[in-house]
Amino acid sequence: MQLIKNNSMTWRYFKQGLFFTCVRASALVITLALGGIIFYILYNGLSVINWDFITKPPTDAMTKGGIMPAILGTIYLTLGAIAIGLPLGIASAIYLTEYAKEGRVVRFIKVGINCLAGVPSVVFGLFGLGFFVIFLKFGSSILAGSLTLGFLILPTIIGASEEALKSVPQTFREASLSLGVSKWQTIFRIVLPNALPGILTGSILGIGRAAGETAPIMFTAAAFFTAKLPSSMFDEVMALPYHIYVLATAGTNIEATRPIQYGTVLVLVAVVLGIDLIAIVIRGYMRKNKRW
Amino acid sequence: MDSDIIKLNKVNFYYGPTRALTDITMNFVKNKVTALIGPSGCGKSTLLRLLNRMNDLIDGTRVEGEILFEDKNIYASDVDSVEIRRKIGMVFQKPNPFPKTIYNNISYGPKLTGIGADNMDALVERSLRQAVLWDEVKDILNKSAMNLSGGQQQRLCIARALAMKPDVLLMDEPTSALDPISTAKIEELIEELKKDYTIIIVTHNMQQAARISDETAFFYIGNLVEYNKTEKIFTNPDVKQTEDYITGRFG
Ligand SMILES: Nc1ncnc2c1ncn2[C@@H]1O[C@H](COP(=O)(O)OP(=O)(O)OP(=O)(O)O)[C@@H](O)[C@H]1O
Ligand SMILES: [Mg+2]
Repeated sequence: MQLIKNNSMTWRYFKQGLFFTCVRASALVITLALGGIIFYILYNGLSVINWDFITKPPTDAMTKGGIMPAILGTIYLTLGAIAIGLPLGIASAIYLTEYAKEGRVVRFIKVGINCLAGVPSVVFGLFGLGFFVIFLKFGSSILAGSLTLGFLILPTIIGASEEALKSVPQTFREASLSLGVSKWQTIFRIVLPNALPGILTGSILGIGRAAGETAPIMFTAAAFFTAKLPSSMFDEVMALPYHIYVLATAGTNIEATRPIQYGTVLVLVAVVLGIDLIAIVIRGYMRKNKRW
Repeated sequence: MDSDIIKLNKVNFYYGPTRALTDITMNFVKNKVTALIGPSGCGKSTLLRLLNRMNDLIDGTRVEGEILFEDKNIYASDVDSVEIRRKIGMVFQKPNPFPKTIYNNISYGPKLTGIGADNMDALVERSLRQAVLWDEVKDILNKSAMNLSGGQQQRLCIARALAMKPDVLLMDEPTSALDPISTAKIEELIEELKKDYTIIIVTHNMQQAARISDETAFFYIGNLVEYNKTEKIFTNPDVKQTEDYITGRFG
């Protein structure tokens, strides 16, 4: 009897140990992979990073000089995507969580949003080309690119906003409504402000991803090369992800520009991580002020 | 009778297919405290939330019969629920201040509905005094309401409701989450408030009902069993069921 019990205990400890080992191993693999990638990029790209590289345009058929127009272009496109995706996404989420009654229509919309999230980014790019660039005649421009990226991140923003809105306690809504404050004002004065930290964090993470996409902007906004900085939203821009793609596949001298390619990758990763960092700071700051 | 501010006539209420209130006919007297008592799940909160149309927020509910507030049917199609809630305020079981400053908790309702906009400071002070909270918070009006104790938060919620200058105040077990001292404070407060307001309060505490109310209504599984002067209900109830309940023989 005693023996059996001990045996089963040993077996249980063994299983548990095995499980923990697997979990630890997976965590280790991920950390190593991430560390490896970052090390590789730093190792290859760090040598070209200097003040001129981030403040000067490319020269000598993009084999020398900096990448400033591409940095600026990516910033413009990202801001544009935020300006389009955020209001639209928040508005949709408000409709879905606060107004729409559960039913066939809502289920249909939600399926639609999920499908949108699964659409490959190159399809967004082609849609942007067909609709914004050609049909609406925006041309290849910041506007068309921002719209395309804005739609790309829409499902992420809607999802994050829905979660955040749902996490606002129902008692806040009841308290406000019981005072004779209208539903509309309740949403704007109580629900939305309390959901905002969650909305922003979730959305910014999605936006960070969009900033690194090549396919959606390839046909809608990105220029192969332009030393001229954009003067309106109907101008084309250079952008970091597309610049990397161009240098690595179609540059005038692919081998010689390797360091510049890695330098650009490094800058892109820094921009994306920078955006994520903003999200983390906002979340930390807002969490401090939130207690319920 | 004109002293009846709210009148219910054959009211039935349904959550989807299930009936939660059956044929309720009763009147609430102006400037009195009416206590609603009865075992858990008998429909007290449902009735209370019916009076300021808070049940509208729940999908699939249905009301039958008439509920008159100052002789006007509050469920008539031309009545705006927002207007009703301005006149019939509510205090909830769990204190639910907004995550704002104490001052902004009070000024929130009046500001958005355009009441007392000319002298907000005075309105805030008046409301906090009425709720007997002023002395405790007058120096920390710009601090978050979330830092107050539970009892203080509940009085803040009362002050917040009072700032709207309602005619009726509905209270759903307002002291069930509070310690005896805070409870005593709120009971004193109710005593004070009934001069100016009609108060309808749900409570599970029999002593509380006996202490603070003028009228008491006993409910059982969605039915109004007995409704009378509090004194009568607690000394000589007509129905055996009522007696059993208040003496704790079931519940
Ligand atoms: N949102 C809802 N949906 C469906 N049924 C509900 C809902 N709220 C309450 N009920 C039902 O209606 C009945 C009355 O509930 P109510 O909350 O009014 O009881 P109560 O007397 O306030 O009880 P307690 O003393 O426990 O607060 C109960 O049977 C309850 O299950
Ligand atoms: Mg209740």
